[in-house]
Amino acid sequence: MVSLPAESPQASDHASRGRPVTRLERRSRWRWHEILFWLAVASCPLVVPDDLVLASQVLIAGLFALSLDLLLGYGGIVSLGHAAFFGVGAYAAGLLARHGWGEPISGLLLSGALAGLLGFALSFIIVRVRGIALLMVTLGVSLVLHEAAVKGYAVTGGDDGLQGIVLDPLLGLFPMDMWGRTAFGYSLAVAFAGFLLARRLVSSPFGLALQGMRENGRRMAAIGAPLRRHSALIYTVSAALAGVAGALLTQTTEFVSVEVLGFQRSAEVLIMLILGGAGHLYGAFIGAAVFMIVRDQLAAANPEYWFFWLGLMLVLVVLFARGGIIGGIATIAAHFRKGGSR
Amino acid sequence: MMVSLGNVLFNGLAYGMLLFVISVGLSVTMGLMGFANLAHGAFAMLGGYVATTLMNRAGVPFLLTLPIAFVAVAAASFVLERVLYRRLYRAGELDQVLLTIGLVFMAVAGATYVWGPGQQPVRMPDYLTGQWTVAGIDIGVYRLFLILVGIAVTAALVLGIERTRFGAMIRAAVDNPRMAQGCGINVNRVFSLTFMAGSGLAGLGGAVGINLIGLDPGFPIKFMVYFLIVVAVGGLGSIKGSLIAALLLGVFDVGGKYYVPEVGAFIIYAVMVSLLLWRPAGLFGRR
Repeated sequence: MVSLPAESPQASDHASRGRPVTRLERRSRWRWHEILFWLAVASCPLVVPDDLVLASQVLIAGLFALSLDLLLGYGGIVSLGHAAFFGVGAYAAGLLARHGWGEPISGLLLSGALAGLLGFALSFIIVRVRGIALLMVTLGVSLVLHEAAVKGYAVTGGDDGLQGIVLDPLLGLFPMDMWGRTAFGYSLAVAFAGFLLARRLVSSPFGLALQGMRENGRRMAAIGAPLRRHSALIYTVSAALAGVAGALLTQTTEFVSVEVLGFQRSAEVLIMLILGGAGHLYGAFIGAAVFMIVRDQLAAANPEYWFFWLGLMLVLVVLFARGGIIGGIATIAAHFRKGGSR
Repeated sequence: MMVSLGNVLFNGLAYGMLLFVISVGLSVTMGLMGFANLAHGAFAMLGGYVATTLMNRAGVPFLLTLPIAFVAVAAASFVLERVLYRRLYRAGELDQVLLTIGLVFMAVAGATYVWGPGQQPVRMPDYLTGQWTVAGIDIGVYRLFLILVGIAVTAALVLGIERTRFGAMIRAAVDNPRMAQGCGINVNRVFSLTFMAGSGLAGLGGAVGINLIGLDPGFPIKFMVYFLIVVAVGGLGSIKGSLIAALLLGVFDVGGKYYVPEVGAFIIYAVMVSLLLWRPAGLFGRR
């Protein structure tokens, strides 16, 4: 039996004993705090009925960060241009709705598939480069798409954005309302479905192989893991999920701005993920929530300088809290557990 | 109205030289120290603000502000290197990218706070304005000055690295840091000084280029991609590569804006991506 690479320091003691299968089973079991987390999210319409628009934005950003978490937190592949897929999904959904395909769910899936297709095509490029060249290529691809969207005025509306998007009622029953109730329910359902998919993926043998690649690519190659195929697959899945998030933004706001493809968005999603903690799935949503709420407050207080605090937050996280919020909680929890057993 | 090829070439060369002066330090940081410093543009911006502040508030002559910008930015980068960058030399490029993006955001907001959100007004001295027409080409004096600065910087870098003792130490430290350390070279100090000089050059470039590329708080983000393109396409750590990449970028950018404005920067990004696929280490990078 091959010994599996440890996914994190806390988990290494689990990994050393027990067979991998039981470990996978244990990892894929639902824990009480997970159920609590989703119940808390679902209770938003009762707790904060006036902030549902923000809550949907958080869920969409969280789904986008989740797609990056699969790529970065699990696959260890850094991307500076993940907004490329988000933007392609957003524009695809917008263009579909504008040209008569107003049914939301099929539009969402189609847009995600399109982004996934782009991801699949690009994955052949991505697996060939590493390090700084990888950063530049991912950044470059998103810049190319951004330029194309700005200049392709006839199709995309250029800097003015894509307007005139009209959607059919969701499931034929629920039209988008101005309080964002439908939007919230829809975002929650899609984000949860995306989360289930991601959760299933990372607790599969493929997910373990990904983490092995992240920890030590050379050893994984030595035990015969097809690294390029794994990278290509996770890149495609991540792109499709990012596309779904983009499409969701379009459908809930009925507008596409050209900044869905911008560098700012790529940087922000990276920040959300790192802030929440990469490689935990939940870090994506928690990071998105903290980021969006802090931005909401700071931008309202001083719209010109809130960037400063964002930058400072990022610097501090990188220097002192590499695990992000989830990592911090895990450390504290481990500390208490150790203290309790003594 | 068609712009003559000569004008495009001249303006492109001036722009390219400016890009080179600013980016060469980044090439050094990324090539020699393996540090992905996205905040390099912030150093250039700081140089620009030092120069404009000195000129507009204290009446210091333009040419004198250039060395001051160089020294001020080099000093600032020294502090940053000691306090922040040094901790992440051994970390992955993700951490470096995140840290430096954070610094960029802080720099943008800080510059907005201190100098306001608008473009900085700047008046070039009289001897740098005006233009001559030679063989149908409009030679702007200021752009000619930029080209001369670029040539001077290139000469100083080449001579410094090829002919001086410190240059030999840099080359040794890059080729094999462990061996160099074993020979008694203080590799960390060599890297620190090289980093300072590279940042100082960025500051110099930011100061000297205000009249061409402007100066506002968005500068580090707006031009980050251009500096990165120069470095990635030229090959990390290669002065020759950076120079050629910067000049090509300058000429093609200016040419593209004159001849095919509707395409915009599209071509440049696409060419960069395909070039990196062809040669991931850049034109003159070592594998």
